[in-house]
Amino acid sequence: MSTIGKNKPTRVYRKKKPQEANILLTTASAIINHSQRSSLMPLTFGLACCAIEMIATAGPRFDLSRFGWEAYRATPRQADLMIVAGTVTNKMAPVVKKLYDQMAEPKWVIAMGSCAICGGVFQTYSVVPGVNHLIPVDVYVPGCPPRPEALIHGFMTLQMKIDQKRNFSVSPVKVEPGFRGPTRKEPF
Amino acid sequence: MTVNWNRQNFSGEDPEQHPAVAALRRNPGTPVKEVAIFRGEVSAVISPEHSTEALTLLRDDPALAFDLLVDVTAVHWPEREGAEFDVVYQLYSHGSRMRIKVKVPLADGQEIRSVVPLWATAGWLEREVYDMFGIPFAGHPDQRRIVNPPNFEGHPLRKEFPVQGRVRW
Repeated sequence: MSTIGKNKPTRVYRKKKPQEANILLTTASAIINHSQRSSLMPLTFGLACCAIEMIATAGPRFDLSRFGWEAYRATPRQADLMIVAGTVTNKMAPVVKKLYDQMAEPKWVIAMGSCAICGGVFQTYSVVPGVNHLIPVDVYVPGCPPRPEALIHGFMTLQMKIDQKRNFSVSPVKVEPGFRGPTRKEPF
Repeated sequence: MTVNWNRQNFSGEDPEQHPAVAALRRNPGTPVKEVAIFRGEVSAVISPEHSTEALTLLRDDPALAFDLLVDVTAVHWPEREGAEFDVVYQLYSHGSRMRIKVKVPLADGQEIRSVVPLWATAGWLEREVYDMFGIPFAGHPDQRRIVNPPNFEGHPLRKEFPVQGRVRW
């Protein structure tokens, strides 16, 4: 006589207590900021020797992909971060401006190296004295050229800036000087 | 026969002994105004109306055969009245491994014959001279700026041009 189908144990479905359920409470602004800062897609765009350091930063030794920033986009329509790496000449200035205009919002700019910041040693008729004359710059990374660690620090500084962004506020965003990133006491 | 590739064919002290200078001297249509030698580099000064003939002679003479135009550039001498510019041609001969420098003095705004029919590489070189000095080349097929943007005003390598430019940022 088969016992299959008989004496099956009855499973008890116990209702979970509220404190055991997986609930995370946050604000929509914080989620949006976290998503945007953790998946920055830089534009594949180099002007001079600083671009070599930028390439080295993306390479295996310094490994930008640890942070989720390594997906360099070859078109401005998919990129949201422009790294101005190198000397901006007057002849190249319209191209830089057009590339920035073609990028979709939200977008950020890192000025990498002395030439992109202020023209560097090239105080001449043919060089733009700072890319901030063309496009708004979020983070300046000094150096000639900056080391990859410096560029990574610039990326992290930009992350801190994005974390400060208020997405649903009509009041202007106030960037406080000396902000060192979110802490446990002052989250955002 | 061993070939010493490190030395040029001409290594004398007297620039008149240079075969190219001698050939220009022999030809009555190409009067040489001045020759000079500096650290083994021979230069010959030729007036602009004879420059095309002289350069054609240097290229086509089988004993010389300056088949490579290394560079075309210019020098601005603002204090030289009536001859403010020197257009400088650097020539090299693969066959005889000789070099010669041909200088053509020009007044400000004076035209010079283009050498694009002789060496096609002169196209971009003369465009650069036109861009940086404002020297017009007659017969150039495509006389445009090459280095500066098309809306640029002025010619930056003239001595009166301010180094930092005229645009205030």
